[in-house]
Amino acid sequence: MAELKTETITLNMGPQHPSTHGVLRLELVLDGEIVLEVKPVIGYLHRCFEKHAEAMTYPQVVPYVDRMDYLASMNNELGYAVAVERLCGVKVPEKVEYIRVIMAELNRIASHLVALGTYGLDAGAFTPFLYCFIDREKILEIFEITCGARLLYNYIWVGGLSHDITPNFKEKVLEFVKVFRPRIKELNDLLSFNKIFIERTANVGVLPPEVAINAGTSGPTLRGSGVNFDLRKNDPYSIYDRFDFKVIVGNGEMGTVGDSWDRYMVRVWEMEESCKIIEQAIEQMPAEGNVQEAVPKRIKPPVGEIYARTETPRGELGFYIISDGTNYPIRVKARGPAFCNLSALPLMSKGCMIADLVVILGSIDIVLGEIDR
Amino acid sequence: MNSNEIYNLLKSFFPDAVIDYKDDKPVEPYIIVSAKEIDKICLFLRDEENLQFDYLSCLSSVDFDNDNLAAVYNLYSFVHNHKLNIKVIVPKSDPVIKTVSSVWNTANWHEREAYDLMGIIFDEHPDFRRILLPDDWEGYPLRKDYKVQEFYNGMKVPY
Amino acid sequence: MRYLNRLDSKIKQYEHGNFVVTSVDKFLNWARLSSMWQMTFGLACCAIEMMATSASHYDFDRFGIIPRPSPRHADMIIISGTVTLKMATRIKKLYDQMPEPKYIISMGSCSNCGGPYWEHGYHVLKGIDRIIPVDVYVPGCPPRPEALLEGVLKLQDKIRNQSTYKKNKA
Repeated sequence: MAELKTETITLNMGPQHPSTHGVLRLELVLDGEIVLEVKPVIGYLHRCFEKHAEAMTYPQVVPYVDRMDYLASMNNELGYAVAVERLCGVKVPEKVEYIRVIMAELNRIASHLVALGTYGLDAGAFTPFLYCFIDREKILEIFEITCGARLLYNYIWVGGLSHDITPNFKEKVLEFVKVFRPRIKELNDLLSFNKIFIERTANVGVLPPEVAINAGTSGPTLRGSGVNFDLRKNDPYSIYDRFDFKVIVGNGEMGTVGDSWDRYMVRVWEMEESCKIIEQAIEQMPAEGNVQEAVPKRIKPPVGEIYARTETPRGELGFYIISDGTNYPIRVKARGPAFCNLSALPLMSKGCMIADLVVILGSIDIVLGEIDR
Repeated sequence: MNSNEIYNLLKSFFPDAVIDYKDDKPVEPYIIVSAKEIDKICLFLRDEENLQFDYLSCLSSVDFDNDNLAAVYNLYSFVHNHKLNIKVIVPKSDPVIKTVSSVWNTANWHEREAYDLMGIIFDEHPDFRRILLPDDWEGYPLRKDYKVQEFYNGMKVPY
Repeated sequence: MRYLNRLDSKIKQYEHGNFVVTSVDKFLNWARLSSMWQMTFGLACCAIEMMATSASHYDFDRFGIIPRPSPRHADMIIISGTVTLKMATRIKKLYDQMPEPKYIISMGSCSNCGGPYWEHGYHVLKGIDRIIPVDVYVPGCPPRPEALLEGVLKLQDKIRNQSTYKKNKA
């Protein structure tokens, strides 16, 4: 019998769709249930970050940086602060560096908790979402005690911090780590090693390592493909070279290396590693120190440009800043990790089933605020 | 390899296309190359044995000065763990650069973004249209002389 | 019966009988405000606080608010975040698809008035009320979950005092 030719359907998914994690729109070309082509359409949350940054002085940009990746504001602030400090040559006090690392790692855990919880929702499991948010609230409580905000902090300034930590900060953080460690195991029992969940995610959306590198992915998406690369280890910034932690890579335990389950699992174990870093940082942190000592009265970097990159929960966040010697930047370009990770979605999802597309999209953990900026 | 050695190597292979090398502090050193041959140079950078720049970290568009636009490529090599910055400068009257999206897939969206916000045209790009702003938007917002349109779809834009 | 009474003191109950007497308006309002189904629709940063509100710690469900993925099922939409010009037409369409009666909560500074993106946000709509009518504004950037809950209670107050039947008669 001759090959039967069937019509393809073009289906629109989003911008209002429960599993697009915001306002992403996907144009799908389908052959029945099979996805032939995915075209992400972005820009529904384009808030003109780069135009704002050109009209602001350097410290005024920080709140806008918060609002880029709103799930990991501390990491974003750290990235921006590192970039401007390198450009100006500001040296920050030891204590500030330690507090920054603790905050960034706590926020990494909080961000991963949202990613894992909503990933459960995508795959059809509602309960993990509720469990993850319980722990996330505990982290937000620590942030709130320290700087007064729950989500967007404006805490890490160029050269310092907005507030010093409270006297019981160390105990609070250590108590959280102690409570949180067993919760990772609980999450594993609840979701990670659940038979249905593994069936849904293993061998789905495989991204081979060489394709992942060529597509510019970073963070858990790249490490899930088995590439051992973490900017905290490979291009250390702040004081990350002082801590002992493992870079988690996907190993294809349940299927192929680089499938959705691997990317999910990298996040789970990264929370454990973050706990390790937090404990070491608490232990080494000097007691004395003024957190605003090195904050410049006026930030006027010399004429020049810099590309500084840091590791956020989603991957490599780069800031390309050009200064002309005044206190307004000429150009601030943010290289969002989720932007590049999302551009690899068409490569991952070619030929998958339409129901699996939701699972693949969830596994790269996008935040639209940072993709569209 | 450091940037100076890479510059000398590139200069020997592409004497006409590689224009200049700048390393005045505090700027990270960068190489200026021609817009016409950037794709060949990038392919060389990716595939040459001792360079192997397999990762395009970032591609930024810059309103360089009154008459020129620039595109900046930040490259990184996983294999050799070295970095390189490349700049391409094009006049505002004819801002055309060869695409590198065939070399690194990640350039695809970055180039679309550079076109969307700065108006740099990338020649031979496989899917060349606006990415962030709607298709019927007027102008390129990140240019310094940008005037925002009064209305979009009946909604007032500036206040 | 006592449960009904506790919910709304305006419903009159009889001692020996399985019926209550109330006005149509009050009955409809009571039904509407006790189960406002919300459209699952997050825009930006505020959406994360909205998720936190509906998750374990703050628990939206106790006000009868259940997220529904489709606008056709929804009574209420929370505009949680920055509305861009590209998105504005889509939100208008979603609003038009919702069945009457429908309510809007504008959550956060961005959807109230453009917020931090007021001055240079060339692609940001300066307030959702320029395209659809808003019932309750919740200020904050982002508002705390408690603030959003307060907004929901304010909306319930508003519904409690509206009159559908009288309006139609006139």
